[in-house]
Order: sequence, then structure tokens, then C-alpha cells
Amino acid sequence: MTTEVVLKIAISGVLTGLVYGLMALGLSVIFGVVRVVNFAHGEMMTIAMYLVIVFFSALGLDPLLMLVPISAVLFALGYLMQRAIINPFINRPEHSQFMLLVAVALIMVNALLLIFGPDSQGITTTYSFDSFDVGGIIIDAGKVYAAIAALIVAVALFAFFRLTLTGKAIRACADNYNGALVVGLDVKRLYSLTFGIGAACVGAAGTMLMIVTDVTPAIGPAYTLLAFVIVITGGLGSMPGAIVGGVLIGLTEALGGFFFTPSAKTMFSFAILVLVLLFRPQGIMGRKTA
Amino acid sequence: MASKNRISRRTFTAGMGAAGIVAGTAPFNIISAQGAPLKVGVLLPRSGAQAGIGQDCQRGVDITAGILKDLKLPALQIMNGDTETNVEVARARAERLINEGAQLLIGAFDSGQSTAIAQVAEQKGIPYVINIAAAPPITEQGYKFVFRNFPTAPVILANAFENQIEIFKATGNAPKTAVFMHVNDTFGTAMQKGFTGTMARFADTPYKVLETIAYDGTARDLSVEVAKAKATNAEALVMVSRLNDAILITRELVKQRWSPKAVLSMGPGWYEDQYLKTLGKLGDGPMSFVPWYDPNKKLSKALEAALAKAHAGVNMNTNHVYTFEALLVAADAYKRAGSADPKALADAIRATNIKDNVSPGPGIQFDAKGQNSALKNSAIQNRGGKLVTIAPKEASNAKPEHPMKPYDKR
Repeated sequence: MTTEVVLKIAISGVLTGLVYGLMALGLSVIFGVVRVVNFAHGEMMTIAMYLVIVFFSALGLDPLLMLVPISAVLFALGYLMQRAIINPFINRPEHSQFMLLVAVALIMVNALLLIFGPDSQGITTTYSFDSFDVGGIIIDAGKVYAAIAALIVAVALFAFFRLTLTGKAIRACADNYNGALVVGLDVKRLYSLTFGIGAACVGAAGTMLMIVTDVTPAIGPAYTLLAFVIVITGGLGSMPGAIVGGVLIGLTEALGGFFFTPSAKTMFSFAILVLVLLFRPQGIMGRKTA
Repeated sequence: MASKNRISRRTFTAGMGAAGIVAGTAPFNIISAQGAPLKVGVLLPRSGAQAGIGQDCQRGVDITAGILKDLKLPALQIMNGDTETNVEVARARAERLINEGAQLLIGAFDSGQSTAIAQVAEQKGIPYVINIAAAPPITEQGYKFVFRNFPTAPVILANAFENQIEIFKATGNAPKTAVFMHVNDTFGTAMQKGFTGTMARFADTPYKVLETIAYDGTARDLSVEVAKAKATNAEALVMVSRLNDAILITRELVKQRWSPKAVLSMGPGWYEDQYLKTLGKLGDGPMSFVPWYDPNKKLSKALEAALAKAHAGVNMNTNHVYTFEALLVAADAYKRAGSADPKALADAIRATNIKDNVSPGPGIQFDAKGQNSALKNSAIQNRGGKLVTIAPKEASNAKPEHPMKPYDKR
């Protein structure tokens, strides 16, 4: 095996991992603040992916141009979901929240199946089959664009939480729920905003993924599971952890698949998860709780 | 003792009455069975990972009624069941359909799901005609109610090598090396197991396999698999895949700038409409060695016409042909059995001898194991978004084009 091939596969893994990281970032943000595990996460991403198909078919818009509008649509969906469905369940036992979100996920999958049918669907952009040749290393152009966009969205999100008043208020809610109520923050509205932001992240990730892969209604649960693996590996509630986890899982699957057997590449990501749970249960970048 | 054996007037009258009832109602039962449509439970993966293929098989069901009528065969009452691409669901749905009155089952495209349904059908004593499933063990269990009008994996492989040799001889150009990639589900694994052994039996095979790569058919990204295959520098890519992975692999071939001389597929995916529609001119060139249809047979033309009428723009394929033929077997057996009695139906299916059919070969007959072992497979090639049959010569309608045009020159 030449060094070029190994490098190419490693780069491909990192690029894919960045997009996965953005998807997991949404889950991490929601859990970190609202303390609700979004079991409909992957399904929400498939909605974003189908929106790309719809806009691409109807208007011929490039996914990179659709990044902001689709994120906005998903933000609205997330905001409304939190406001109308999840807020009443906030103080209920975790298994009730679990059942609620699993039901939402099932409805989403079946609605997509009814509307779009079971066939795999994809888009072909002007750069869908392009690749860069960097010193003999061939890199998928679509993955490069998707990864750059994912990085930009992630940086913008970090900046939002660090630099804006709303971002700081959301972090305050996450740090101390009662304290946030005492100082007069509208926690329910901030929760809805947070769920909306998490959904926008997944909308952006779904839009970027359409550059590199196809979508079927049935693929949602697999993405939900992947997001969990990444978030637990990176650290539940840690935003940088989600990106680091995404890259680590992307890289592990790529190199594991290449050096061992590709059919078992998912096994390697679960192996990383098991190792993290054994030796660093809070995740790579998660905080230890008392 | 003598008095005990003597038939009294009362016994005689009761016996005559019973005989009269039996004699009087039996013809009505037969008339009722022949007049009423046979209730056929059609189990397909209508949702889940194989949903697209399940829906495609359903097109074969949709176009059957009119053709059966033209052939003067009895009508079938279709009872739909969704296996959800899941073995356990397939088993449960088969039980439910039988409980709801299904008198015969067909399906279920996938070997794993078909195996589960076969167990239920045998246990309940309801005939089951498999439309598509290639794993050999299904008809090796000594089942009495399970029939398969579809070639097993070893037959698909043997015919594939025969057809490849024929094609490469005809074109005078053959690849010397190949890499074998296969999906790691029940079908893919069965094909992989048979591949090496079957290849060894065909000394004229021009290429040697440099590496075998198994992959997950539900994977979202197959770039690693293609990179690994490309690194072998093989001249040909031998594939056993499904639809979504066939599309992903083709995209990766283009992106990774690898144009093998030939893509030789021994499974679904590469010839399907969704593949051709999604990839356009990049979809041209692959050869598929699959259970297909003889384009020159009369019933093939009728089926093609019915499909074109019901689903304009859809190319006829394995899914339509073998789902239709499973229903054809059911209707033909029902006509000959004259009854919906499961045992009579099973006996009639076992005695099937349909000459006017669609698939290549002499027709539909079943051996003692319930397998149609006379089936022949074809080689087809994608050309300009259409499919042409290139081998065997006696069931072909075009000449093979080899080597494949490189992706960057299209």
C-alpha cells in the first residue's frame, strides 16, 4: 500500500468526520442545555436532505447556497417542536421523553416515505464528480467543500455562544437552571431557541451531506445512532467534543476499513466508543460530574 | 356377533343421508374453489433498506392480472404484506397473511427473509413460491411446500462465467486481473462463498482475482472500499451489490479517477432504472450477469408491453419478471389443481410445466426439491440508459461492447 493511498483515505475520513461532527454538534447543544436527548436527530437531518432535493429539483440551487435557508427552516422546525411538543415533557421522566422523541422520529420517517417514496435520491452538482490531485493524492472536491462549510458553521456557533448575549443566556440556563430563572431569564424561550439552533446545525450538516451521499427515508435512525456515538465519544454536552468526536470516528472508520476489512468499519467506531466509556466515561472533552 | 354386524334400517338411512350430503356439496366446493380467485399473500420489502426493490417487484404484481386473463388463467386475489426488510418481520407477516386467509404465498426478494417465510409456510402447510432469493439452502431442507423459480447463487455464478467467457471470446479482448467486491448480506456472502469454487471450474476464465473486498451494503460512504480496490491496479471490477451501493461505488470510481476495463456485476444494482437515471452517461458500460428474460419470447414481449402501459419509462428487469412468473406459477397450479386445498396446490405446483414463459431456458418446471433447475441466466449491458441482452447468444438482442469507455472520456 502506498503512502499516497493511506493519506488519501485519512484525509477523506477527516473531511467526512467534520460533517458528522457538525451533525453531532446539534445533538450536543440540545442535550447540553435542554437536557433532552433528541432521538429524532437523524430523522431531522433526513428532512433537511430532502429539502435539498426539493430545492435542487425545483430551482436548481447549489447545496452550498441552500445552507442558510435550509438551516433556517430546520431552526423553525426545532423551535416549534420544543415549544409545542417537548416543553410539556421537560419535567417528566426520561423514559417519557424517550418515547415522545422516538414517536416523532417514526412519524418523520413514515411521512418522508409517503411523500418521497422509498427510492434512494441524490443530486448531481457541477462538482459532484470532481476531485483535486494534490501531489498524487486524490481528494474528493465535494467532501472538501462540505467540510469547509461545516467548519464555518461550527466556528459561527462557537462565536454565538461566546460573544452574544443570547448565547451567554443559553449557557447560563445550561449551567444553572434555577439561577437562570432567578435572574429573570425566559428559560422556556431559551430552550426553544437552543433546540432550534441544534436543529439548524443538523440542517446545515444534512445540506452538506447531500453533496457527498444520497438519502432514503430509512437512513435517519443510522444517523441518529452515529450522532450518539460521536457525542458520547467527544463528551456529552461539549461542543468542541462533538467536532473532535466526529473527526475521530470518521478517521477511525476510514483507516480501520482500509487496513482491516471495510465491512467491519462501523465496528471500529463502536470499539472507540467502548474504550472511551471504559477509560474516560465523560468523553474525550467532557467534564467529569460529581 | 352376526347381529352386531348387521346394518339396521336406521344406520342405512343415516349413512345414505351422510353420503348424500357429501356427494351433494362436494361439487359445489370445487365450483366455489374454481370460481373464486386464489388468495395470494405477496410478501415484499416495501419499506426499509430494500424498499426501492420491493416497490419495483410490486410493479411485476401490478401488471400480472391482465396477462393471466389473456392466458385464460384464473384470477388471483392479492394480499399485500410488508417485510420491512427485516427477517423477523417477514416471519410475522407470513403468519399473519396465512391467518387472514392467504392460500399461497409469494416473495420476498431477499434470501434471509425468504428463508424465514419458507419455515412458516412449511410449518403451516401453505404453498410458497419464491420470486427472488438465491441462497441455496432454502430448497435443500426437504420442504414440501416451498418452490423457487429463481436460480441459486452457484447457478448464477456458473452462468456468469459461461457468459463472460463467451463475451470475451467474441470481443477478442479480456481483462487479465480483477478485484472482487461484494456486499456482506446473506446473498452477497453466499455469492462470495461460491465465487472462488465456481471460477476454478472454468479454466477459460481470463482473469485472476487479486483481492476480495467485503463491504456493508448500508454504508453511507464507500470511498475507502473503492480506494482499496483501486490500489490493486486490477483491470476489471467484479461486483455483487445492491442498488444504493452500486450508485455510490460508481460515483467513487469517477471521483477517484479509476476506469476499469470492465465492471462485471453478478447481482442487482447496476442495471436498475434508478442507477441509470441517477448516473446518466456514467451509468453506461457495466455488464450484469443476472437472472433476466429472453427478449425473443412471446410472453416477454407481452410483459414488456404491459409494463410500458402501466409504468411508462420503466425498463423491464429481474424484479418484474420473476415476481410475475411466481404469480404465473400460482395461477397455473390453481387452474390445474381445481381447488385451493394447500396440498392439491402444492402437488400441482410440483407438476408445473410452463413452456410459454419469460425467463431464459426451456420453461418452468420444479425438481424434487422444489427448485427450477432448468433456468438460464443472461448477460446484459447498459447502453444509452437502456439495457441490451448480450449473452447467451441464443437469447440476446445485441453484441457486447468491451472494453468499457473510460469515465473521463464520456
